Amino acid sequence: MLCDDCKKNEACVHITQISPEGKIDKNLCEKCAAKYGNLLLQQGDKNFTVNDFLKGVFSKAPQGAAEETAGPDLVCPNCGMSYRDFQQTGKIGCSVCYDTFRRQLTPILTRIHGSSTHSGKIPLRSGGKLVVQHELALLKDRLQDCVAREEYEKAAEYRDQIKALEQKLATASETGDAACQ
Amino acid sequence: MSVMDLYRDYCLPWMQSGKESDIVISSRVRLARNFSRLPFPNRADFTQLAAVQEMAASIFSDLESACNEEFDAIGMDALTPLERSVLVEKQLISRNLIKKPQYRSVYVSRDRRCSVMVNEEDHLRIQCMAAGLDLAAPFALASRVDDAVEAKLDIAFDEKMGYLTSCPTNLGTGLRASVLLHLPGLVFTRNMNNIINISQQLGLSVRGMYGEGTETVGNVFQVSNQLTLGFTEQGILDNLTSAVKEIIENERRARKALMLYTKDRIEDIVWRAFGTLKYARFIGETEVLQLLSKVRLGIDLGLINEAMPEQYPELILASRPSYLQNLMNNENMSKNEIDRKRAEMVRRILAGESAGQE
Ligand SMILES: [Zn+2]
Ligand SMILES: [Zn+2]
Repeated sequence: MLCDDCKKNEACVHITQISPEGKIDKNLCEKCAAKYGNLLLQQGDKNFTVNDFLKGVFSKAPQGAAEETAGPDLVCPNCGMSYRDFQQTGKIGCSVCYDTFRRQLTPILTRIHGSSTHSGKIPLRSGGKLVVQHELALLKDRLQDCVAREEYEKAAEYRDQIKALEQKLATASETGDAACQ
Repeated sequence: MSVMDLYRDYCLPWMQSGKESDIVISSRVRLARNFSRLPFPNRADFTQLAAVQEMAASIFSDLESACNEEFDAIGMDALTPLERSVLVEKQLISRNLIKKPQYRSVYVSRDRRCSVMVNEEDHLRIQCMAAGLDLAAPFALASRVDDAVEAKLDIAFDEKMGYLTSCPTNLGTGLRASVLLHLPGLVFTRNMNNIINISQQLGLSVRGMYGEGTETVGNVFQVSNQLTLGFTEQGILDNLTSAVKEIIENERRARKALMLYTKDRIEDIVWRAFGTLKYARFIGETEVLQLLSKVRLGIDLGLINEAMPEQYPELILASRPSYLQNLMNNENMSKNEIDRKRAEMVRRILAGESAGQE
C-alpha cells in the first residue's frame, strides 16, 4: 500500500484521528507521518517564545485604572529601574519594584496568570502574619465541618485553637512584630 | 562520584527508570527564589552578584543537610566552555546561566537529583529531578531546600503577589514543574496537534526537547505548567500530573494502534534503527536521536530485547555534541570527527560497556 500523502513510499502507519470535521483515516509512510508531527508543532507556539508574548503584553498601554497614573515615569527607589524599562524588557529589577509598580502590574498579572493573588506557599519568616492568618482560615473551615457533622467535642478543640491564634495575632500587631511565630 | 566524572560519565540516576517509564523519561520541579532588596541578576552589578554568591555559599552546608547529600559547588567561570555545555546537555543547568559565566555558579548534589543555580535569571533556582512520572518526590525535596534557605536568609515575598521573581511569568509560587515524555506513537499517528491544543487550554506548554528551531527530533516532549500565580503548589502539580496521565493514555492507545495495523513494518523500522546504531561508523546528531527514538519504541513494545531501556538515556547523554568534544578534550572537532566518535560511543554502550567509564 502506498502512502496517502506522497504516494511514493510504502505506507507503514495507519492513522485514525478524530477531528472536529469527523474521523480521518489515512495510511502514511514513516517520513510523512513524522513530517506531519513536526508541522503540527509549528502551529504551536514554537516560534513564539514566552518572552515575545510578554513584550507584547507589557508594551500595550495599561488600560483603565492604571492609565491615569504616571506609570512610565515611575522609578523604583531601590534599584533605579523605571516602569518604561520594564515595558521594554519584560523583566523586573528587584523585589521593591513589585511594590513600586504594584498598581501597573496588577492588571498585567491578571492577564498572564488569570489571577493577581498568590494562594500558594508562605515563607515562615518573611511570611509573617500571613502564616497565622492562613492557619486561622483552615481551622475555621474545620470548625464548620465539625459543627455540620455535629461533632461538638472536636469543634470545641478547634474553637480553642482559633482563640489562641487570634490572641497571638492581636499581640503581634500591638507590638508591631511582623513575624509572630 | 567526583566532579571530574560529572563531565565524562553519561549516567543520571533521574533518567533511569521510574513510574510509567515506558513513556515518561523524567519529572522536574523548579522553584525560583530571590533575596529581598538585592537587584535581580539581570540588573545587578558585579559587587551585588558577588554578594548573592556569598549569601548562597553561607547556606551551603544547610543545603547538604536538607538533601542529606553532599554537594559540588561549581563556579561557571572556572569551567571550560565545553564543560559548561555538558552541564547544559545534562539539564543540570540552563543555557541562560552560562551566557555570562562571571559570578554564576551551581550547586549539584552528588546523586545529581538536585541542583541550585545561583544568579541565573533569579538569585536562586532550586531544581529537583526524578525518574519517570513523579513530581511529588522532587517537589518535597525542593521544598526542603527552600525551607533551609528561608530559615537563614530573607526571601523576597509579598503577601499579595507571593514569591517575587525577575520575570512576572514566574511570580507567586515560582514553581515550574515539567515532565519529559517520549511520544513516538502520537507523532506517528499525527495526534500531537490535539495534545498541544488541549494542553494549552489547560495552561500547560508542550515543546520539543531536541532539535533546532521548529524541527523537533527524537519525539521527546516537555510538558510544563505556564501559570504560577493564583494556584497552590499542589494544585499546579495535580493539574500537570492529570494532564500527563491523559497524554500517557493516548500514547498507549496510539502504540496499540500501530502494533495492530502495522506491526510488521514497525518491527522492521525498529530493527533497522538498531542495526544502524550497532554497526554504523558515522552517526549525526539528529540521526542518533531519531534512531534512538525508534529503538526505544521497539524496546517498550517488546519488539527488541537486545537493548535495555536504561541504555536509552545513557545513549542520549553520550551522543550529545559537547559531551563528545569534551571527552576528546577538543573544542575544534569537525562534524565528521564528532560523528565518528558518536558512532563509537554508541557501539560501545550497546556492546554493554557500563555507564560512567571512559
Ligand atoms: Zn509519504
Ligand atoms: Zn527595583
